[in-house]
Amino acid sequence: MLRFITFRLLQAIPVVFIVAAATFIMCRQIPGGPFDSEKPPPPEIKRQLESFYGLNKPLGQQTLDYLWSICPKKFMPHRLFLDANNDGRADFDLKAAFGSDFGPSFKSVRSVNETIADSFPVSFQLGAMALAIALLLGIPAGVAAALRPNSWVDYFASGISMLGVCVPTFVMGPILVLVFALNLRWFNASGWFDFKDQLLPSLTLGIAYAAYVARLTRGGMLEVLNQDFIRTARSKGASEGRVILKHALRGGLLPVISFLGPAAAGIITGSFVIETIFQVPGLGRHFVTSAFNRDYFLITGTVVFYAALVVLFNLAVDVVQVWLNPKLKFE
Amino acid sequence: MTRLRITSLLTIGTLAAALLFTGCGQSKSQVDSATENQILLYGNKAEPQGLDPHVVEGVGEHQIIASLLEGLVTEDPKTLSPIPGQAEKWEMSPDGKTYTFHIRKNALWSNGDPVTAQDFVDSYIRLLTPSLGSRYSYMLHCIEGAADYNTGKLKDAAKVGVRAIDAKTLEIRLNCPTAYLLDMMAQHYTWWPVHIPTIRKSGDPFTPGNNWTRPETFVGNGPFVLKEWRPNNVLRVRKSTNYWDASTVRLNGIDFLPIESVDGEERAFRAGQLHRTEEVPAAKIDVYKKENSNLLRIDPYLATYFFRFNTTLPQLKDKRVRQALTMAVDRKAIVETVTRGGQQPAYAFTPPDTKGYTSRAQVKFDVEGAKKLLADAGYADGKGLSVEIHYNTSENHRAIAEAVQQMWKKNLGVDATLRNEEWKVYMATQNATNYVVSRAGWTGDYPDPSTFHETFLSNSGNNRTGWDNPEYDRLVKEAACMVDEKARYENFQKAEAILLDELPLLPIYYYTRVFLLHPSVKNWHPTFLDHHPYKHVYLEAPAK
Repeated sequence: MLRFITFRLLQAIPVVFIVAAATFIMCRQIPGGPFDSEKPPPPEIKRQLESFYGLNKPLGQQTLDYLWSICPKKFMPHRLFLDANNDGRADFDLKAAFGSDFGPSFKSVRSVNETIADSFPVSFQLGAMALAIALLLGIPAGVAAALRPNSWVDYFASGISMLGVCVPTFVMGPILVLVFALNLRWFNASGWFDFKDQLLPSLTLGIAYAAYVARLTRGGMLEVLNQDFIRTARSKGASEGRVILKHALRGGLLPVISFLGPAAAGIITGSFVIETIFQVPGLGRHFVTSAFNRDYFLITGTVVFYAALVVLFNLAVDVVQVWLNPKLKFE
Repeated sequence: MTRLRITSLLTIGTLAAALLFTGCGQSKSQVDSATENQILLYGNKAEPQGLDPHVVEGVGEHQIIASLLEGLVTEDPKTLSPIPGQAEKWEMSPDGKTYTFHIRKNALWSNGDPVTAQDFVDSYIRLLTPSLGSRYSYMLHCIEGAADYNTGKLKDAAKVGVRAIDAKTLEIRLNCPTAYLLDMMAQHYTWWPVHIPTIRKSGDPFTPGNNWTRPETFVGNGPFVLKEWRPNNVLRVRKSTNYWDASTVRLNGIDFLPIESVDGEERAFRAGQLHRTEEVPAAKIDVYKKENSNLLRIDPYLATYFFRFNTTLPQLKDKRVRQALTMAVDRKAIVETVTRGGQQPAYAFTPPDTKGYTSRAQVKFDVEGAKKLLADAGYADGKGLSVEIHYNTSENHRAIAEAVQQMWKKNLGVDATLRNEEWKVYMATQNATNYVVSRAGWTGDYPDPSTFHETFLSNSGNNRTGWDNPEYDRLVKEAACMVDEKARYENFQKAEAILLDELPLLPIYYYTRVFLLHPSVKNWHPTFLDHHPYKHVYLEAPAK
């Protein structure tokens, strides 16, 4: 298993670097630059700024410089969660931990490393809660639907999950705000200060994913429940609860697991829509606004970070699947 | 068994959650308790890019920096005219070219250091240092030698016309008398000082990217100090004890909340989380007018919405075509049926009553006249004239472009097409003058007609129409150095008459600031730059 993981990690390195180089070169091809604005700086000032940020070098040179700058140069993961400025929050300092410097931002005084450090923990928190909600709502609903296929339970669960898939978050979010923040006054309409502020955004995000989870669970469970080993378990006299939890769920969740890998990477790196509706200071907004601002280093930094997470989560999914599915082996 | 247990667990969980949240029901909103504590909750839309007045460039940044720093002069809360700030008094030499400022004995930085004349000298030299790449450094180019130093032609900083006579006396020498010098100093953050020793601690003061404006390190000289800054979440400033006029300051602090979505901001206001919003969703303006007009504020604003004409194109080279297109637009209909935010139809470029200046020349809405001009120019009934309206992607800009498109079709028979581009692409297109007609807006940097007129100088980077007129250039450049206001405004009148006859632009409306303001906010006067000197603002809960 260790060999498998090492091999896959070694494979991942060129993938991430190719993504980095491609993004860096591609975002430079868009018309308009970081210093174009309604009141553009005089040409000599613009030249100053470009030379300060190294934008006047040939693009190939810039790309190589950038790749070297983000390349991990040490491995001290314990320093990732240090709190150097003592504000009670982990710094999530990629430079201290791995020596990766993602460069400055043209728009903000905060570097790309700082921006990721500020916003990724928030997105992670929001995403983890949303995932928990998605699984807690989605799996039971899916199981219930699969146990009584084509009954009212099934129609009800499928109907609700269909609704969850169809109602976009930018509709669900404001509706939740309208009901719980403006009418009932239980929550704030926006902001990210205490635990209560996290509930509406995670619920909005969670419901959208719960719907997918429910549908995948139903499909997976239906397939497993018709198989011989379930009949064997039942005939052996195992209780219904045991049959479902111990025997069926293990196989029934396989489609959910393969969906969860990339979904989890996406969900914990933030969602632009949720962050905009609820004013959550997460990472998702930077994917979008950096592109609007032509903030080249921030665009590439967020994409590389996301790519690395996707690779890692896919690896984790493969490991979990081998563990759940006896038909698979590490090779 | 299992199912029963799960069901009962779920029921208990739901009940507990319901109890928890009903217990949390807020009888008192955040605005109510903030009002009691004299904390202003300020929705400022965009996360500030930074707080260094020599590096940032936005209007939102101004609103925050104005609480943290103060210039030699500051603004009157109602008129925004310059009043004593860090300087208690000043003299102007008879030729109007030298100003001497006397800084208050009790002017202190937030760390207790005295504010000295040398601080101002160092700040201005820093702003003008080419390696800093400050985008607003041109604001200081009226100082002797400043432009040359800024562009690297002059290497010796001592030759720039700003010097400390003693610890508290500052002398500024100008290229020529600059009538709006004090206005700029009061209203624009480029003229406010920074504490160089503090900046040095965080790195090189003369390159961008120096992150000295963190709460742990920030040192300012304004009525408030930086207390906390959580990016995209909240930026808190609290009352400074070292500020010279601390006894006037009634607020204990301001929380700036960057809520980017217009709808989200309005919801936060309704949920009692904000005293002031940056905007109001266009669709809600009428609702507020009808149901909650006491919360809605529509203030004038020193900005004009207009279209640029690309005067280098064959079909727009003839000014009669530009005049016809301008005269065929019904601005009143646009502000009343399209924008609906209390905007004023614009018949000139400079907004009316800009520091007492209103353009005498005005464009007209005259369909018959427009038809005739177009026919004279060889495009009778719009035949053969191809026009494209270029704008940056936005619902509002599209609606206005469509309205103009219809008016041209109906009134002149001109077929116009529309082209939208994403903001940065649109900016690049406009800077390259690669359009036919392009939507634009201009906000004055300080209240003086020159901030509008100078954009259409032939060498201005903000012209972008290919238009140049030597007489216009002469009048505007001459006005820059005139002392007598009446004669100076006369120059602007003549210049604007040329501009509105030649029409490299099509004025549409004068902006307004439409926002929501909680009735507890006092001394929030309508000012045409949306500046509200915070030291005069206070909060008072409305009587029940």
